[in-house]
Amino acid sequence: MTHVEPSQRPGESTDSPGAPPPPKRRLTPRQRARLFRGTLYAVLILFVVAAAVVADFATIQRAFFNPDIAARMWPAVLTEGARNTVVYTATSFAFGLTLGLVLALMKLSSVAPYRWIATGYIELFRGLPALVTIIFVGFGIPIAFGVNIPGGFLGKATLGLGLVAAAYMAETIRAGIQAVPKGQMEAARSLGMTRSWAMVSIVIPQAFRIIIPPLTNELVLLIKDTSLLFVLGTTVGSKELTKFGRDLMSSTFNGTPLLVIALAYLAITLPLTQLVAALERRQARAR
Amino acid sequence: MNPGTPAIKVEDLHKSFDQLEVLKGIDFEVGLGEVVCVVGPSGSGKSTLLRCINRLEEPTAGHIFIEGEDITDPDADVDMLRSKIGMVFQSFNLFPHLSVLRNLTIAQRRVRKRSTAEAKDVASRNLERVGLIEKIDAYPAHLSGGQQQRVAIARALSMEPDMMLFDEPTSALDPELVGEVLAVMRSLANEGMTMMVVTHEMGFAREVANRVVFMDDGVIVEEAAPKEFFGNPRSERLKTFLSQVL
Repeated sequence: MTHVEPSQRPGESTDSPGAPPPPKRRLTPRQRARLFRGTLYAVLILFVVAAAVVADFATIQRAFFNPDIAARMWPAVLTEGARNTVVYTATSFAFGLTLGLVLALMKLSSVAPYRWIATGYIELFRGLPALVTIIFVGFGIPIAFGVNIPGGFLGKATLGLGLVAAAYMAETIRAGIQAVPKGQMEAARSLGMTRSWAMVSIVIPQAFRIIIPPLTNELVLLIKDTSLLFVLGTTVGSKELTKFGRDLMSSTFNGTPLLVIALAYLAITLPLTQLVAALERRQARAR
Repeated sequence: MNPGTPAIKVEDLHKSFDQLEVLKGIDFEVGLGEVVCVVGPSGSGKSTLLRCINRLEEPTAGHIFIEGEDITDPDADVDMLRSKIGMVFQSFNLFPHLSVLRNLTIAQRRVRKRSTAEAKDVASRNLERVGLIEKIDAYPAHLSGGQQQRVAIARALSMEPDMMLFDEPTSALDPELVGEVLAVMRSLANEGMTMMVVTHEMGFAREVANRVVFMDDGVIVEEAAPKEFFGNPRSERLKTFLSQVL
């Protein structure tokens, strides 16, 4: 780029013999900022133009925006797909939260073996892919012990996802409990409350206030993880959104169902992530 | 309990945190209805002594008797003991998720097994006592520091304790809010409450205490009636301390 300092006249020779060394052509900070922004815009426009030229809009429209197929998915995408996704998320969240709370309390226990068990559990299930846990619950346990998980597909889904969720939530809850000032427990004990009652009525309620945003984030992760449940195989009416969309993709040989379920996922997750952001703003203000 | 039994009696109390010995053999008593102020430089072990008395800290060695009962006995019922001793903290420690009323009733109902109505009665009476009955439905976050500390005092009083411990109750307050808390404490003392107060408020100690205790470096260096304590300090350490704080 050839921005020129105002003091330097263009065309002036800078390498004539005996002349002082040429002054460095330096941009003022404002010029540099303007140049940087201009470059960013130029790159953006280049990409947009390239995409517009290269893209085959007719094909894209045929593959992903077929209104007939989208219309045919209605209302099953809601009454079956979205409904099941929400149900599996809710049951595994409830299971995970309960087990996670137990694990968090174990991890804070004064009895060392409880701490070891909780740590082992958390490290195990956070270290494994969720898919492996789901396969273990859906096929490993039935093959090994000849027993089926009660509750059919819902039972397997709840257990498979819930076991993993519990490991993550245990750490969140533990952090929440530890974030409650020590004085709260001391004040409760100084009034004669037992340790466990003080925990239940004073510490845990405050811990949950602190961890509502991260717990909501874990809910969002769980919603997305329900898409892994396809490995369990499905019975009529048990398909969650991803399986629902995938099956329709194969039967219609078209990508539209994928777009529809993507929008359905976003319709569920975006309000939740917005909620998290709002809650975090509120907490930041309350501090 | 015999009429002569002291409310609090401490015998050769030691407390160490890891390698650090914070209390190096404390002996002292608080008589029934007595107001004792404990003063001394920070890090002298005053708060640790107070916290040992209701076993928020476990003593390393020695004995503490509350109304004649040895509470350092492993079989002592600590929860019962604590409900007899009101404690007021430097940082108030009100329960922020509960209203003022619930702050005052939750332990009454659980520990004293009082009915909702009875607990509310007691709570209201004690809020009147600290002059905050109009804040009964407020939440702690909406109160000033001085108001929070007065509610904390009312909360401790609602357990109808035999004695009260104050751990630097005005140290976290803005200067203009100190007076209202001291006024509540003064009226408590006038009502005959047994009180042990760790404080930096020399004026309060001089005016309200029956006895002032000076601690330094984990031991009690000197104790005397306020007039003697402030007017005629004997040890060099106390003289130095007083010259710094007065």
